[in-house]
Amino acid sequence: MGDVLQVTLFTLGAAVLSTLSILPPGIALGWLLARRQWPGKSVVETVIALPLVIPPVATGLILFGRRGPLGSLFERYLGVEIVFTWKAVVLATAVMSLPLLVRTARVAFEEVPVRLENVARTLGAGPWRAFFAVSLPLARRGLLAGAVLAFARALGEFGATAMVAGMIPGETITLSLGIYRDIQLGQDSAAYTLLGISVVLAFAAVTIGERLSRRRPA
Amino acid sequence: MTLSLKGIRLSAGEFQLAVDAEFGGGVTGLYGVSGSGKSSVLEIIAGLRRPSAGSVELDGAVLTDAACGVHLPPERRGVGLVPQDGALFPHMSVEDNVRFAEGRTVGAGGLFERGRVCELLGIGGLMGRRPAGLSGGERQRVALARALVSGPRLLLLDEPLAALDPARKEAVLPYLRRIRDELRVPMLYVSHVPGEIAALCNEVAVMADGRLQRQGPVEEVFRQLRANYAEP
Repeated sequence: MGDVLQVTLFTLGAAVLSTLSILPPGIALGWLLARRQWPGKSVVETVIALPLVIPPVATGLILFGRRGPLGSLFERYLGVEIVFTWKAVVLATAVMSLPLLVRTARVAFEEVPVRLENVARTLGAGPWRAFFAVSLPLARRGLLAGAVLAFARALGEFGATAMVAGMIPGETITLSLGIYRDIQLGQDSAAYTLLGISVVLAFAAVTIGERLSRRRPA
Repeated sequence: MTLSLKGIRLSAGEFQLAVDAEFGGGVTGLYGVSGSGKSSVLEIIAGLRRPSAGSVELDGAVLTDAACGVHLPPERRGVGLVPQDGALFPHMSVEDNVRFAEGRTVGAGGLFERGRVCELLGIGGLMGRRPAGLSGGERQRVALARALVSGPRLLLLDEPLAALDPARKEAVLPYLRRIRDELRVPMLYVSHVPGEIAALCNEVAVMADGRLQRQGPVEEVFRQLRANYAEP
């Protein structure tokens, strides 16, 4: 039971950290894609979408293998060993969830009428104030939905996490990895316990997200 | 107030805008059919669009000069804008909408104290309401108040009555006259309805196909237009 609790809390913690870490870049990218034309935009769009279309295991290998771009950068310049640590779980889930957040944020910002941002500017608001006072609150529901989607994705991430975090008991095992491990070991009932917890967490996350995003502004 | 547009050029697909004009104080109407370029002119003056060539000067200060790469951002121009639907921020109360611009602008400021402006436009009783709960006329009055509280040196009105039924139009017009007569803020009033321009403006500029066709006192210009229209 201690193992189940530890795995559950670890998974929740990693998903929360991962979602929080992608919120600023995800929202910024969503806004840039929705509102600005810039060189390389289509390349960035494609790169961001890659984790959605290539196998998660490959994403894990590309990004965080010792010779992968992120893994080697972290190791060389920051001296931080990512692979097979809890940080790898957070990074892998962040990379896998980012496309969902960016795509949802982009649509959310596209739905905010440009003329409201324009009028805010003529009323003396600089670009930042127009963003924080007008665009962000009006895109709030879509952004919340995107964050919930990203969180749910992070909760269930398996392939990339397995690739870069391994299955170190008490350190890197998430609910998904735990289910796989227990099935491999023939411990079906333990696997179903973790499965039940996964379903409950995902259900709760989506329900809360729906409620928040439907709530009318105060 | 003197607003001058010199050699303004803008291309958007097949549409070509080419405008040279000078506007004085009071209320100037910008008249023309849909697609004639009226709104583009307002956007260029407000700093929301960059012309490919030309300059915009307000009281001698350069707002835009394409040749020198000068483009003052909208928030530093002291030019207010009221679009057709008012463009109130739907997530804010009327009061928060009106307060949005308070103390943030480079325009005439003190003249347009919030309480005075709200009283002038008769919106004191609407402060706690949300934009969605307002009538079209109320929305426009709140949008006018919000733009005025920003203390603009020039107010741009982009067909502010177009979305209103005749009765509501008649109800809002006196408020526009009060802004003209009591606050004396110079206005550029875009409309495709001659009656609105005649009711409010001292001068009118006529636009067609992205160009300024004629400019002068309202009665004179509309008389010429009628005469041209009557000619076989």
